[in-house]
Amino acid sequence: MKVEDDARSKLSLVLSIFTVFFKIGAFTWGGGYAMLPLIKSEVVEKKNWLTSEDFIDGIAISQSLPGPIAINTATFVGYKLCGIFGSIMALAGAILPSFLSILIIAMFFLRFRELKVVQNFFKGANPAIIALIVSAVIDIGKSALKRYREIVISLVLFFILIYFRIHPILAILTSGILGIILGEKNDSN
Amino acid sequence: MILIRLFLAFAQIGLFAFGGGYAILPLIEKEIVNNLHWLTHKEFLEVVTISQLTPGPIAINAATFVGYKVSGIIGSAVATVSVCLPPVILVLIVVRFLKRFETNVWVNSALKGLRPAVVALIASAAYSLIKGGGITEVKGLIIGIVSFVILRTKKLDPILILILAGVVGIIVYS
Repeated sequence: MKVEDDARSKLSLVLSIFTVFFKIGAFTWGGGYAMLPLIKSEVVEKKNWLTSEDFIDGIAISQSLPGPIAINTATFVGYKLCGIFGSIMALAGAILPSFLSILIIAMFFLRFRELKVVQNFFKGANPAIIALIVSAVIDIGKSALKRYREIVISLVLFFILIYFRIHPILAILTSGILGIILGEKNDSN
Repeated sequence: MILIRLFLAFAQIGLFAFGGGYAILPLIEKEIVNNLHWLTHKEFLEVVTISQLTPGPIAINAATFVGYKVSGIIGSAVATVSVCLPPVILVLIVVRFLKRFETNVWVNSALKGLRPAVVALIASAAYSLIKGGGITEVKGLIIGIVSFVILRTKKLDPILILILAGVVGIIVYS
């Protein structure tokens, strides 16, 4: 009976991991850091799945690695709770809402995008999305570029990106290597 | 095999998607628009707008959309899984094997070094969206500037601003 009980409680844990991350995936528009407060309130405060320190650890790892923060955090929390299987369930929950909504939109959109009203909607929304991105540059620039050196590197990379059309991966690698070369000297004093 | 190309393209995007959010846009543009021609510049812009209007990370939304356009529902599933696979594997490796990940000096310096690149990438995304047809005439420019001012001065939800701008578009362009 013990084995059966274990299996049953594991199943309910896994289902509840799926549900929580489905909720997080469905209710965070725009993605990224908007998700963190919701993830924290579900995982740390409501469910008590992780301690605050473990959660902060997970966020540090999620931010350091490539990939959407929601995906990385889901992988981390799922793994902590229930191993690889926990990760898979958390990921399925986090991904499904956006996957399904985009799928539905793609099906209709590809059919209706030539309609005048749809085209005009985008004609109005496109400048606004650009405004959003420019505004993000200002916000992220303010918090990420603290020293003159960083501002200079960022400007140089920007001009190289737009004029010489180098691959973005090259910009990422260059910047990371520069960080290692320049960082150790500076951080030691 | 189109599915293998979808897999490779999005796995590469996932592997280098540092900084999250908009920083991924130049990677998608380079591979999907410029190299593989799976989206036009105009469609790319529409995908970015749609991503903002739907739940979930932009990387997932773009992968699902492009996958569907290239190869139907199977394509969208392949692209979505591929963009997640490299980050997921890396997170699992770090959680499983590297207990003192965040204290590693090299990793720390490299990550700090990435910050200027992330800002440059997002700025270059804005630049190429403008050049790619995002703002082509005076009305568009005005909508862009007004949206920007509202965004910076009022605590209005960005999604609401997008929808309002779209409605304004329907009114002024018809």
